[in-house]
Amino acid sequence: MSNYLNCKKGLFSWLFTRDHKRIALLYMITVFSFFIVGGFFALLIRLELFKVGETIVNSAFYNQLMTYHGAVMIFMVIIPGIPAFLGNFVLPLQIGAKDVAFPTVNLLSWYCLVIGAFVTLTSLFLGGVDTGWTFYTPYSIETGTAVIPVVLGAFIMGFSSILTGLNFIVTIHQLRAPGMSFFKMPLFVWSLYSTAIIQVLATPVLAITLLLLVAERVLKVGVFDPAMGGDPILFQHFFWFYSHPAVYIMILPAMGVISELICAFSRKRIFGYKALVFASLGIAVVSFFVWGHHMYVSGQSEWAGIVFSVLTMLVGVPTAVKIFNWIATMFRGSLKFDTPFLYALGFLFLFLIGGVTGYMLAVLPFDVHVHDTYFVVAHFHYVMVGGSIMGIMGGFYYWFPKMFGRLYNEGMGQLGFALIFIGFNVTFFPQFILGINGMPRRYADYKAPYEALNQISTVGSWLIALGFIVAFTFLLWAMFKGRKASANPWGAKTLEWQSSSPPPHENFLETPVVTKEAYE
Amino acid sequence: MSIDNSSFKTNLSVLIALLILTVITVLVAQVDFGIFNAFFAMLIAGIKGALVLMYFMHLKYDEKIYSLIFGISVFFVFVLYFFSKLDIITRIIQTSVL
Amino acid sequence: MKDNKNLAHHFNSYKDQIRAEKIGMWLFLATEILMFGGLFVGYTIYHAEYTKVFKVGAEFLNWKKGAINTVVLLFSSWTMVMSIYYAQKDQIKKCQMMLGTTLVCGFLFMFIKYLEYSHKFHEGIFPGIYFSYTGSAFVEDLPLYFSFYYLMTGLHASHVFIGMALIFWMLIKTYKKQINSSHYMPLEYVGLFWHLVDLIWIFLFPLLYLVE
Repeated sequence: MSNYLNCKKGLFSWLFTRDHKRIALLYMITVFSFFIVGGFFALLIRLELFKVGETIVNSAFYNQLMTYHGAVMIFMVIIPGIPAFLGNFVLPLQIGAKDVAFPTVNLLSWYCLVIGAFVTLTSLFLGGVDTGWTFYTPYSIETGTAVIPVVLGAFIMGFSSILTGLNFIVTIHQLRAPGMSFFKMPLFVWSLYSTAIIQVLATPVLAITLLLLVAERVLKVGVFDPAMGGDPILFQHFFWFYSHPAVYIMILPAMGVISELICAFSRKRIFGYKALVFASLGIAVVSFFVWGHHMYVSGQSEWAGIVFSVLTMLVGVPTAVKIFNWIATMFRGSLKFDTPFLYALGFLFLFLIGGVTGYMLAVLPFDVHVHDTYFVVAHFHYVMVGGSIMGIMGGFYYWFPKMFGRLYNEGMGQLGFALIFIGFNVTFFPQFILGINGMPRRYADYKAPYEALNQISTVGSWLIALGFIVAFTFLLWAMFKGRKASANPWGAKTLEWQSSSPPPHENFLETPVVTKEAYE
Repeated sequence: MSIDNSSFKTNLSVLIALLILTVITVLVAQVDFGIFNAFFAMLIAGIKGALVLMYFMHLKYDEKIYSLIFGISVFFVFVLYFFSKLDIITRIIQTSVL
Repeated sequence: MKDNKNLAHHFNSYKDQIRAEKIGMWLFLATEILMFGGLFVGYTIYHAEYTKVFKVGAEFLNWKKGAINTVVLLFSSWTMVMSIYYAQKDQIKKCQMMLGTTLVCGFLFMFIKYLEYSHKFHEGIFPGIYFSYTGSAFVEDLPLYFSFYYLMTGLHASHVFIGMALIFWMLIKTYKKQINSSHYMPLEYVGLFWHLVDLIWIFLFPLLYLVE
């Protein structure tokens, strides 16, 4: 039967495709390739930290490693990860559309990502960059390393993100199937909608900030340079005005995936549909009012710190609503512990730890104590890896049969999850303790008393790597050789499962008409 | 859609109003209103902007969603301004408690 | 309208498609507003901090040139609106005339901008470290004002340039008979962009040229 994978052949039918499903797979290749690159940097970082003193890399190179690890993982993996990869594939299917609203723009945004990534990585051949992914001034103005290509690359990748968000908002407004009102949309769609709002509203501010930084380096315009009357902390305000909401660009779509997974594998309707919808929108809105909690010790005024501290705690409310609703959905459901659901449970466990420590860090005095220590590193890895990456992997396993029309090996999927989950905790839980004990982040070396926990952490990083090797190997194998999947292997209720696996070129042979509530 | 509700006459009057307001902007700048100088300049610019938005960009006739998108974007510019400014003004008057 | 050749395959009706495109366009304008917004916020904050310096800086600018440019842009906005008006009435000749006038206004704006810039450069007022003016009116931190002047007018001028390219493209479209009363939407989107550029200048003019 003709489907989107075999309806056209040849490399150019992929590179110039405007089919959202094919573009999603292009994103898949890009995102996972960069994930391997960023992961490789992470392994080198952990390896260097295995022993006290300089072991495999010198500290200048270490600074570059941690910069590239951050920049690659954030701009090239997690931000496009769920919206542009899973979202692109699933969103039109879930709302019963033939494609996204602007297919050409969709392809353009993939090219923006690739070109931006290419520009960023050219800096590797120009001496690298060592500012950290945040490019804080005044150091980013003064350092002799190749800041400009990285910043321009991030600028171009920003367009990718904006265009994806714009496309999704319009798609959701205009291309829903007949009968699918806003409150009949699946929760993943809602989470993508909330994410898209942030992408459209926050990313332009990053764009202008990065342009100013380039102007600062080329012309020394002085806007962020105290020597010329500028204010370096204003850079941090501008930067975090984008980059804090960006954290929710990373986590909101993962939450959407988890809603789908928990609902599908509990074999129940979702508990508190509207509450989950408004929690997503609420998180998106509140995310714009809390950025100053990154700047408690930057020289920002204490009054602003107090205001931001209080506002930050508001984020806990919609987040907790989500977690309670997920638990209530699972309550008395007939749970089926397949790989995607394991990732969803992994998300709940890890994200809860990440969230609660986030709450601790929102408290101003506590943050002053642990600021720039490994406590913060552990916190955001619990949120980003434990949240976003678990979401990507869970969603990938869940929609894998739909994407390729094949089933993966369940046992190996579970083994991969077990290795990643255990490895992750072994790696990052000790870092909470290291942080509380005062080990600062971003250094290539540390004092001897920290060594034992660092060694445990490094061993954990190997477990994670092994887990991803297992997971990816068997997924890759299943893509080509797996058993044929039926249209709806999970018995899930959302629209994408009504189409065949893999779906035909324009998603549905007949435009679906929606009469039921979501998940009914 | 905005077929034909943008009549020739309205557009011309809007243009004339905009040109008159430009003259007023320049004239007002010659007079010293003390702290209200910036206020008047921005008020007139705001009126001009509103005219362009409502008539030339059709917001007056179009669906409300376009106005909403515009309003939200301006609101978030103010959010950026508000909190950045909040930090900067309290930085000066504070007495450190740390 | 199912048989409209401008209808993309995945929309149900041309009306749906137009609404989608318009929402998309407004979202794009929103991103532009936030991008310029960053500069406006920076300007406002430093203006409050260096009020006197910015006043000195503004006196360097020729407000007459700024005012002429304002008039030019406002007039071009009107001609842009009128080009759509005539396109809706299928009076393509007049539509082309209006578009042409808009384009000429764009060139005029850029020319006056060029005069202003070259005058500044002549006095040694360059952006950033290249600032070499040492005349009697120099005050400390004056380069900061001109950094904003060049960044804001520069970013704005680049948008004028893009707008002109788009208008030129529309002009070609009218000659290819691709614009008529049943399909004039591209003109409308270019118009929206052009008006936004105008809108930003409406605020830039008093801020940069007339500040106290």
